[in-house]
Amino acid sequence: MGKILEINGPLVKLELPQTVLGEQVRVGHMGLVGEVIGRDGDTALAQLYEDTAGLRPGEEAEGLGWPLSVELGPGLLGAIFDGVQRPLQAVRDKSGDRIARGVAVPSLPRDRAWHFVPEPALCCGSALAGGHILGYVQETESIQHRILTPPLIHGELIELAPVGDYKLDDVIGRVKLADGRIEKLHLFHRWPVRTTRPYRQRDHAVAPLITGQRILDTFYPLLKGGKAAIPGPFGAGKTMLQQQIARWCNAEIVIYVGCGERGNELTDVLEFMPELKDPHTGRPLMERTLLVANTSNMPVVAREASIYVGITLAEYFRDQGYDVVMVADSTSRWAEALREVAGRLGQMPVEEGYPAYLGSRLAAFYERAGRVETFSGDHGSVTLIGAVSPPGGDFSEPVTSHTKEIIQTFWALSKELADARHYPAVDWLDSFSGYVGSAAKWWAENVDPGWESARAEALDLLAASEELQRIVNLVGVEALSSEQRWTLEAAGLIKEGLLQQSATDEVDSFASPEKQFALLAALLEIFRQGMKLVKLGAPARRLLQMPLLAQARRWKSQHASADIAALKAKIAAIPDAFEQLLQEYELTAAASARGGS
Amino acid sequence: MKNIEFRTATSAQGGLVVMGGVPGVAAGSRVQLRDHAGRVRSGLVIRAADDAVLVEVFEGTDELDLERTWVRFLDEPFKLPVSRDILGRVFNGSGLPRDGRPPIISADRRDVNGEPLNPAARAYPREFIQTGISAIDGMNSLTRGQKLPIFSGGGLPHNRVAAQIVRQSKLLGEEASEFVVVFAAFGASHADARFFQESFEESGVLNKVVMFLNLADEPVIERLLTPRAALTAAEYLAFDLDYHVLVVMTDMTAYAEALREVAVLRGDVPARKGYPGYLYSDLAEIYERAGRIKNRRGSITLIPVLSMPSDDITHPIPDLTGYITEGQIVLGRELANQGVYPPVTVLPSLSRLMKDGIGKNFTREDHPHVASQLFASYAKALEVRGLAAIIGAEELSDADRRTLAFADAFERDFIGQGEDEDRSVHETLSIAWDLLSMLPPETLIRVSEEELAKYHKGQAK
Repeated sequence: MGKILEINGPLVKLELPQTVLGEQVRVGHMGLVGEVIGRDGDTALAQLYEDTAGLRPGEEAEGLGWPLSVELGPGLLGAIFDGVQRPLQAVRDKSGDRIARGVAVPSLPRDRAWHFVPEPALCCGSALAGGHILGYVQETESIQHRILTPPLIHGELIELAPVGDYKLDDVIGRVKLADGRIEKLHLFHRWPVRTTRPYRQRDHAVAPLITGQRILDTFYPLLKGGKAAIPGPFGAGKTMLQQQIARWCNAEIVIYVGCGERGNELTDVLEFMPELKDPHTGRPLMERTLLVANTSNMPVVAREASIYVGITLAEYFRDQGYDVVMVADSTSRWAEALREVAGRLGQMPVEEGYPAYLGSRLAAFYERAGRVETFSGDHGSVTLIGAVSPPGGDFSEPVTSHTKEIIQTFWALSKELADARHYPAVDWLDSFSGYVGSAAKWWAENVDPGWESARAEALDLLAASEELQRIVNLVGVEALSSEQRWTLEAAGLIKEGLLQQSATDEVDSFASPEKQFALLAALLEIFRQGMKLVKLGAPARRLLQMPLLAQARRWKSQHASADIAALKAKIAAIPDAFEQLLQEYELTAAASARGGS
Repeated sequence: MKNIEFRTATSAQGGLVVMGGVPGVAAGSRVQLRDHAGRVRSGLVIRAADDAVLVEVFEGTDELDLERTWVRFLDEPFKLPVSRDILGRVFNGSGLPRDGRPPIISADRRDVNGEPLNPAARAYPREFIQTGISAIDGMNSLTRGQKLPIFSGGGLPHNRVAAQIVRQSKLLGEEASEFVVVFAAFGASHADARFFQESFEESGVLNKVVMFLNLADEPVIERLLTPRAALTAAEYLAFDLDYHVLVVMTDMTAYAEALREVAVLRGDVPARKGYPGYLYSDLAEIYERAGRIKNRRGSITLIPVLSMPSDDITHPIPDLTGYITEGQIVLGRELANQGVYPPVTVLPSLSRLMKDGIGKNFTREDHPHVASQLFASYAKALEVRGLAAIIGAEELSDADRRTLAFADAFERDFIGQGEDEDRSVHETLSIAWDLLSMLPPETLIRVSEEELAKYHKGQAK
């Protein structure tokens, strides 16, 4: 038993001999929990997950003997946890609307029984290794929870419970370890959050994560098992975009970590998720969702932990063979929590006050994403999407620039686009994706072989229009040739008819890959038809008067993803709209050719 | 412990006093200092160890004689006595009366730091508040329980806008009686404080207002306490007495500067522009106290006012605020110079909760689309205006000239309005359609075809 020597903000100096770095401690009369982050002889330095007001030097402190760990088992889905995996619903039942300090509640409900079905292939005497599936619990209608052997347990299974209802504390099996000790198995196990969970081997990411957002899927794809960042100044629509991803993506499990963000945003997620249906299974979205919340007014040390709690939960579902998406909003707040603690420790600040290890911590965190082969031979993946909140929207600041070096897909949000209410405000020039090659293979096999070239054509068009826009800003639109004006118009068509997507419009909110490609192909077809005319000598002015241009801008919200046929019919009719003009100018072109000869 | 006076101050500097040899002092506990002249100052323990205790003194350490300073540790955090009687009263930053009336006597004393609200206990803000200001109601709607700051700059009429919001705010179709105001000013000038007081008086709401004032010539450290005291009062009014509370705070920049001043004294590592790394968390502790709670009737809607140093929206104070609050109303110098009141620059302004508080069941079906269309059309019009400045208005096409006329009319008739003009949301939308009717219907793709047919006043196609 040790005691408190000094209190300085969230840092507490303890007299605690023989403690281990990373060990959990409980201090003071309120029983506040924290972790040891430094040791010097008999004194230890601990950071507490809760506010330290009211603590006194001299009060008791004890080491708990384990590092910060999470409980992994049935009962996770649909829950909302704080940054150290306390279930906020249960905390509310216990301490009311406000989070009192020192509340101790088990992470997973102990009183609930789960219907367990053992893995039929297992029987007494089977060799059992860590990560093997012991049995199954149908946790929600859409998700079957696969009960795993704790990763470090290897031995001979000497007993496994039959089909039946069990609570978390019930023993469901026994394993004889190599050294002869008997280990009891439960429906859940613990895992330290700062340690990556093991897997058999890493594998290539192959399939794109379909989010239903055109600018993401069609232009800057992300793969299942990939890592992406969404940087953007405030008001650029980061949260909205992440919520859209959480809502529509075709992952099986979504983990949403609200790290230092607004309380109302989590409330929004908590309120709308149960009402929404998973577009892929038709079940309430909450059944596949898990929230970790450390809102900006909750203690800062737990904010640092929340990211690790989230990623460990993600890895656990990955090990069951699921495709998991983890959205971390925002990694900047996590980095700031690091900075705050580093500052109190008196560590030398490097850039903008951040400690020197910022880059390596970020890289190690993002490395926990990936597609793997699990110990039971399945494939599972963790896709990591981190929001970044650069101060003043400056992408050259440390967190954004370090992140940019680590991730493969970069969805840059632009203040200018957001100000013009162009949503999602993903900047098509600043963004990039390193997964286009792999994604192209998938699109070619599953949607259309022309995807890669159509995407490139549209991006070229957008880049060209950017150049032209610069000229227009200097000398006015009249200075452009007809060809240039048409290019500008077609780029506008793509921006408004394809890139802009309304999250609040029922039809437009989600676009299937088929719809995405159909729209892209349609708009490019209009561009090509018009270009043909312009080359024949038609002035852009006449083309701009075509009602088709205004109509095409509305197609995205007129045709649901299920209703591609009607959209395709409109596309087939595009040449008709140009027919009359085409005839007219073919005639004049022919006439002038004759006149010239 | 409470009754013992220690005379062990070993050093003092700029608001901080180090006390030696006081064992067992609780972190965050309140402190009373009595100086040689018998004046009592208050402070807070910010660092506690057996051999040294660091105390922050709200009134500052000027003229403190260490040998003749007596310190008592009150063994409890800073608390604000609350009762129904706080309505109509004026307090200083630490909750003592400054209106010459007796202090509030109540057994109910609340820790001004509050406790974080459980996200699982929050209720999402959805009810539209009509402020009577078109630029806000039409395009950046405020909802009950939202935190929506006003980003302003020196010399801009943010105080007048804030006062107008306080005077005119109401919920559609509900009695106004449950509505009270908590007003906190820190680092404000005497003139500003008087302006608000008179404005409340004129509109007859003074007995529904609680004021917390820490003026520009008053102790800086007390500024750190002022918003917390005000929000403690607001929480009491909202969640104990079921009032709908509108909290107006001005000026958050003065608050952040006070925080920086104290952080430097404490020796905290500075992050951006000398502000401490915890500025974000600290601001969040304040802003996040706004909101609604499930199964409780009251609410706290927060309108902090902040002046952006040199009108720079990327300065840490507006920047971090923008990351925490649910949008922002930005006032612009250009519009103000053109004589537009209120000079709301709509493009960088935003209300994040708007989507859930307007439309069919709240205001009018076409409202979301109209707002989106106004944004798009005005953004386009500003591009044209920029172009006209370069190539001259004569060179513009007819279509561009109409767009330009739209921009001028939009700023004059939609954004611009009288300081006493209280527009209903229907009036606001009808002005919006008048303006949109200046543009050809085929360019208005954010509104639906049915809405165009119903509201667009242009020549029929």
